[in-house]
Amino acid sequence: MPENCIYIARSSAIAARALAGEMMVMNAADSTFFTLNEVATAIFQAADGHTPLTEIVRDRVCEQFEVDPVQAQADAEQFVAELSSHGILLVSNQPLAAEAP
Amino acid sequence: MTATPHKVACVEIGGIPIALSTCDQRFLDLLRQRYDGFLSSSPPEFELEFDLTDARAASDDDVRVRRQDDEWLIERGDFNARWNPRTGRGRVRQNANPYSLDSVLRILHSLILAERGGFLLHAASAICDTRAYLFSGVSGAGKTTMTRLAPSGITLLTDEISYVRPAAEGYAAFGTPFAGELAKAGENCAAPVSALFFLEQGPENRIDELSSAEAVRRLMRNILFFAEDKTLVEKLLATACDFVARVPIRRLTFYPDARVWDLVRNFDRRFEHNLARNFQGVPEHA
Repeated sequence: MPENCIYIARSSAIAARALAGEMMVMNAADSTFFTLNEVATAIFQAADGHTPLTEIVRDRVCEQFEVDPVQAQADAEQFVAELSSHGILLVSNQPLAAEAP
Repeated sequence: MTATPHKVACVEIGGIPIALSTCDQRFLDLLRQRYDGFLSSSPPEFELEFDLTDARAASDDDVRVRRQDDEWLIERGDFNARWNPRTGRGRVRQNANPYSLDSVLRILHSLILAERGGFLLHAASAICDTRAYLFSGVSGAGKTTMTRLAPSGITLLTDEISYVRPAAEGYAAFGTPFAGELAKAGENCAAPVSALFFLEQGPENRIDELSSAEAVRRLMRNILFFAEDKTLVEKLLATACDFVARVPIRRLTFYPDARVWDLVRNFDRRFEHNLARNFQGVPEHA
């Protein structure tokens, strides 16, 4: 297992709903509301707590969207950090229990 | 020693009668005056008992609404309240400030509506030709301006907080006593919602379509909702998606003169079914 492996899981304190290719996410703790584009939605839906982020980017982003792998990984890490700061995603360097909304 | 008897006024907003009780005759007079037009003789569905304090606390703190066991706890600098949705009873401690009273009532209605598939929306609303039109937007977008420009024959429901509930076919908008800059309560009546417009001021009057995702995004940002509760948030999000599926939602750019109402009156409802085609299913609570 790589030392810098990142695992992500959806918080249990959110409500989410897919609509016309976008994911609507609302944090129940502070009512902040987000809409995720297709790429972000793919990452969000794959956030099961035990699939490393690098694997999610490889299998769910690079294979389905025309993106540069290095750029995709950087963008994914930035996206994960942002959603994590709002309590939407949980992030750890260890596998997490899945908290599907 | 005998306890001072509580005096009660029943205030019915959105078809939901709530009994407000207090020992203080002046406070009772104040709320009767404030909610004149919304006083009701219907049996109350819910009850709020007010304990008045002399404290002059700040009302600009953030409100906190959270569940503790069977009760909702509602707290802000100028009031704190407990309300049990199962018994329908609650207790409020606040000073005699009418703005605190408005806030408590709005929060209580937002909780009740979320359970019932409705919501309070930061929007003006009015009835035109038996149909209700909602005008939402950030402060300064033109909600009060739209109501000021309304021609005769338009019934004002509110210039600030719209009250939306599911109805037999779609949704209905109700009048509220919650006034904005207009400082005038809405009429106590209701009509089926024909359209929701998100307002922007511009050099000309025009109506543009919004994608369903953009419509939900704008709707969610303007719904009044305070509760830290996952179940209720899920219901609210489902309600917003259902509302977007059933009600035409557009961006209304308008030049602030009365001609904008011609555009609203002639709004073509034929698009209504086009929006619905993007959606499958309705929330369980609708």
